[in-house]
Amino acid sequence: MSKFKKDGKKELPEISTASLPDIVFMLLFFFMVSTTMRDVELSVSYVQPVAKELVKLEKKDLVSNIHVGVPLRKFQKNFGTEPRIQLNDQFATVKDIQAFVASEREARKEELRNKLTTSLKADRYTKMGIITDIKQELRKASALKLNYSALQGADEN
Amino acid sequence: MARKTPEINSSSMADIAFLLLIFFLVSTTMDVDTGIYKKLPPIPEKTQEKTNVKMKKRNLFAILVNRNNELLVNGELIDISQLREKTKEFILNPNNDSDLPEKQVKTIPFFGDVMVSKGLVSLQNDRGTSYETYIKVQDELAAASRELKDEKAMQKWGKKFEELDDEQQKAVRKYVPMQISEAEPKNVGGK
Repeated sequence: MSKFKKDGKKELPEISTASLPDIVFMLLFFFMVSTTMRDVELSVSYVQPVAKELVKLEKKDLVSNIHVGVPLRKFQKNFGTEPRIQLNDQFATVKDIQAFVASEREARKEELRNKLTTSLKADRYTKMGIITDIKQELRKASALKLNYSALQGADEN
Repeated sequence: MARKTPEINSSSMADIAFLLLIFFLVSTTMDVDTGIYKKLPPIPEKTQEKTNVKMKKRNLFAILVNRNNELLVNGELIDISQLREKTKEFILNPNNDSDLPEKQVKTIPFFGDVMVSKGLVSLQNDRGTSYETYIKVQDELAAASRELKDEKAMQKWGKKFEELDDEQQKAVRKYVPMQISEAEPKNVGGK
């Protein structure tokens, strides 16, 4: 029975935390791999409209974004409160869209250029005037694949 | 006698890793982009003569949206909730109404000779229409189209349209064509 005899002097050994960093690193790598960084700093705020017949946009690297919305408060002094277009990091006008599309194409590999989709992220209270203008410009730039970004709405049935 | 090098205390390693982890957690956006996918019509070439295609009135489903977000469908003021049913009725024309679009016989794989509607949906909006309404209309039209396709797919294969293979989908698409034409923008109503 002496086998199980407690040795009074012996303390409970501490749990080794040496493998903790490994576990954390594993998590870290998971998030690093699955992360897509927010590529642009938004200067406009928008709430996307709600729709039901949605398609998922796949291949994020083949999507170029056009944001339309009301400028953030800090920009309102210079840009007003009417919905504005944001391309990349700065405010733009409708005329800049063709150049934007061209530069987006330029940044892609040649064989992927015609697969480029434009995602139009616009505020739900934007007037169609500006949207129509954008659409016309996209047509002129022959960027015909357009995705009206929308959020999943509640299903009625 | 070589002195023992003291072990580097690695207990803070976990903290560093946690810090990094939290940074990535915060900066992560894992959302998927969703939206309504549309293909824009290419700009007609200038050399090409403007072909002013006259369509019979019965073949046209004209949706007008004004700046107050009201819908006028073929001269009738309707609510957006009625749009889906109206569109489906227009495309199907179940009673061969003389006000609704004509049909023509087409040979479609799987279905054989069937009557296909010649209807065309035309959507026109004002510059003052809100984007939300526009998306709603597009959504309703897409829903109508999907429901029609599902119906046909159900009749034929007992499956939903999405579950069919490519060939079958193509055939169904031919059977219930849903052409949405967006008129060249007109400048009415100002900004």
